[in-house]
Amino acid sequence: MLDFLVRRVAISVVTLLVISLIVFTGVRMIPGDPARVMGGTDADAAGLAEIRQKYGLDAPIPVQYLRWLGLALRGDLGESIRTRESVVWTVARKLPITMELAGLSLLIALTIAIPAGVFSAVRRNTVWDFLVNAASLCGLSVPSFWLGLMLILLLSVRLHWLPASGFVPPWEDVLGNLRRMLMPAFVLGAGLAAVLMRQTRNSMIEILSADYIRTAWSKGLAGRAVIFRHAFRNGLIPVVTILGLQTGALMGGAVVTEQIFVVPGFGRLIVESVFTRDYPLVQGVVLITASTYVLVNLLVDLSYSLLNPRIRIGGGTGGG
Amino acid sequence: MRRTYRGTWALLGLAILALTAGPALAQKKTLVVALNQDPDLLDPTLARTYVGRIIFAHMCEKLFDIDEHLRIFPQLAASMPTISDGGKTVTIKLRGGVKFNDGTPMNAEAVKFSLDRHREMKGSNRRSELEPVTSIEVVDPLTIRLRLKSPFSPLVATLADRSGMPVSPAAVNKLGDKFATAPVCVGPWSFVERVPQDRIVLEKSTHYFDPGQAHFDRLVFRIIPDDNVRLANLRSGDIDVMHLVAPTDSLNLKKEGRFEVASVTGLGYTGITINQRNKTGKTQPPGDLGTPLANDPRVREAFDLSLDREAINQVAWDGQYTPGCTPIAPVSPFYDKSRKCPGRDVAKAKQLLAAAGLPNGYAFELTIVNDPQQRRFGEVIQGMAREAGFNITLRPSEFASALTDDDNGKLQAFAIGWSGRVDPDGNIHQFQTCGGSLNTTLVCDESIDALLNRAREISDQAQRAKLYREAIDKITGGRRNVLYIYHLNYILAFPKNLKGYHAVPDGLIRIKGVSWN
Repeated sequence: MLDFLVRRVAISVVTLLVISLIVFTGVRMIPGDPARVMGGTDADAAGLAEIRQKYGLDAPIPVQYLRWLGLALRGDLGESIRTRESVVWTVARKLPITMELAGLSLLIALTIAIPAGVFSAVRRNTVWDFLVNAASLCGLSVPSFWLGLMLILLLSVRLHWLPASGFVPPWEDVLGNLRRMLMPAFVLGAGLAAVLMRQTRNSMIEILSADYIRTAWSKGLAGRAVIFRHAFRNGLIPVVTILGLQTGALMGGAVVTEQIFVVPGFGRLIVESVFTRDYPLVQGVVLITASTYVLVNLLVDLSYSLLNPRIRIGGGTGGG
Repeated sequence: MRRTYRGTWALLGLAILALTAGPALAQKKTLVVALNQDPDLLDPTLARTYVGRIIFAHMCEKLFDIDEHLRIFPQLAASMPTISDGGKTVTIKLRGGVKFNDGTPMNAEAVKFSLDRHREMKGSNRRSELEPVTSIEVVDPLTIRLRLKSPFSPLVATLADRSGMPVSPAAVNKLGDKFATAPVCVGPWSFVERVPQDRIVLEKSTHYFDPGQAHFDRLVFRIIPDDNVRLANLRSGDIDVMHLVAPTDSLNLKKEGRFEVASVTGLGYTGITINQRNKTGKTQPPGDLGTPLANDPRVREAFDLSLDREAINQVAWDGQYTPGCTPIAPVSPFYDKSRKCPGRDVAKAKQLLAAAGLPNGYAFELTIVNDPQQRRFGEVIQGMAREAGFNITLRPSEFASALTDDDNGKLQAFAIGWSGRVDPDGNIHQFQTCGGSLNTTLVCDESIDALLNRAREISDQAQRAKLYREAIDKITGGRRNVLYIYHLNYILAFPKNLKGYHAVPDGLIRIKGVSWN
């Protein structure tokens, strides 16, 4: 077990080092001189040289990389060029906002998708099935930017029901937080709801035609009992798999949603830091994201090995 | 079972009611202003963004300011400066009894400290602005004296911007180069907090010398980059003041009747910069680009004549901006009212192209900043010039990349704007003099330099205006390294019951003196 653990951790460390290298060089390949962005249109040559020197941008890239890596290993990802705030602190403030948004949108997606999918499967080939399918097609095909603006125009501008944008931390005002997060969470969750609904419907249709369900019907069990007690649980298994795969996509979708609803989360942070060539921030944000993925993968691998001893012995399920 | 469902639906209904019933409008004692961009460092010495100046206007006042007629007036100074020693000594009396927002006094020592910081701090973006100043002396507790290398007329205008903002020495000594995280200056509002990419919050200062001018307990500057989203927030009441309304939207807002739309022609310009000698980079020696656009003035004149500035304004900007053909905006007292912009003359443009040996037309690439408004501007130019025989390829580019390419001499032509300065020197000198810091086209004409340098030295406005007229004749009539096309209007929208707002041509929002009716 120890061998396996050491091997997996070593692989993760190497992966992280490669990622850090890709991140660092990738950021420097973005066209546009960061000193020029910082100095503005009216910066003269001396001013630009001073900025480059101040932020170490005049050193060769390998030197810059090693300097940055050395600090990163000590948990210091530097400070934002634009605001002078620590990168770690900035990310720590932004990440929970996006996680809340993703969590709420997941909740909304499940609340819509599961009942609609089951309903559609039970009433398949009826007008209700057609309507639910049409709605899911809309959810898949409507761009989130358009949907967001339409919701703002309807619910904020016309009806004044919800604030058009912004964010209030839940510990300051729970209701205010939910009022501001409802529309972005719905927009972000709409696409996911459509995918989950279709998956639930297909899965339920398959289960409902299984022999054991037919047996349950023939025994004279009530419809609701057959659907929810016997079919539903089994029908959910492929939905959960899809849900897992789609959850990562929520974080990506948050970039657009946060722009429309002016939610100061991780997505906006990435976009703004790239446009302002805030090198330390871009590097820090991407490195933290990548590290999280690597860490989660490592934990998953370790949990597999605990569940299935063949993995830790053979280094793979098929090796033997 | 049925009863349980009823309960669930009732709960859901109540939750929706609770979520939608809250107050959607901002509280009246807090004014919410939406900006299109997040400012950079909130330190007057290091700051460079335009939107940052809007924040400073409320918490960092200056020695001098400008009014809506571009007249410079004393703000933290007690009076206009005294100029002596042939223009090489500038004496400034300060307003008495003024305190920084941390309660420490703003006196001559503090102002000297601040101006020296602007001049000497590493990474200062004010250093070049104050470059003519050789030393600053404290004459008495409320008087400072600036010694200059040579007479420099634009100095007072320079002190009406960030270079003239005193900062609290106590706060600087405490925070060092982190001053931007909790800036302390003199202003009707003081800094409270900043959430990057989201908001900057200021609150009414308890130390400001004229508290009656601050009618709001709090100012919240929200960052909303997208024009459509900013507009939707104005209409929903989530923001009170919208900065930079798009021209088309401004017409719609006027029709709605709920909002006041304030438009003022800005101090800057937008033009097409034509590279003539920058082959390998702005800091390298000039080279021969070998293209007719760079080398033959007839081709550039033909391009100029193919454009109809008024039509560009109507088509691209719904007539909401101000057409122009010089670097000086019509709002400036230095603007030459007698100048007529060249009219469109396609026949003459074709003749000039033929005379330049290009009877079948000429193709070149025009770089534009990749946003919807600039793309529209580029497309209008492309269409107009085509009729005269120019086949323009538009190259949309992200702003920072385009600036770097321009510096490095990689662009043939570049549609780019300049936010403008109060003194015309700031719009011309650095772009048009040999070796000027922003002269990316590397053109050089010593006769133009002589005119522009002389205009810096003398203080008589009429004489300076004459010198600028002569220089502009040479720039726009001969070398055409910049074809000036229009002056951007700063368009602001707010509810009609917000009173006391005056639009100033620098486009900065000034909430001081503004109140709800």
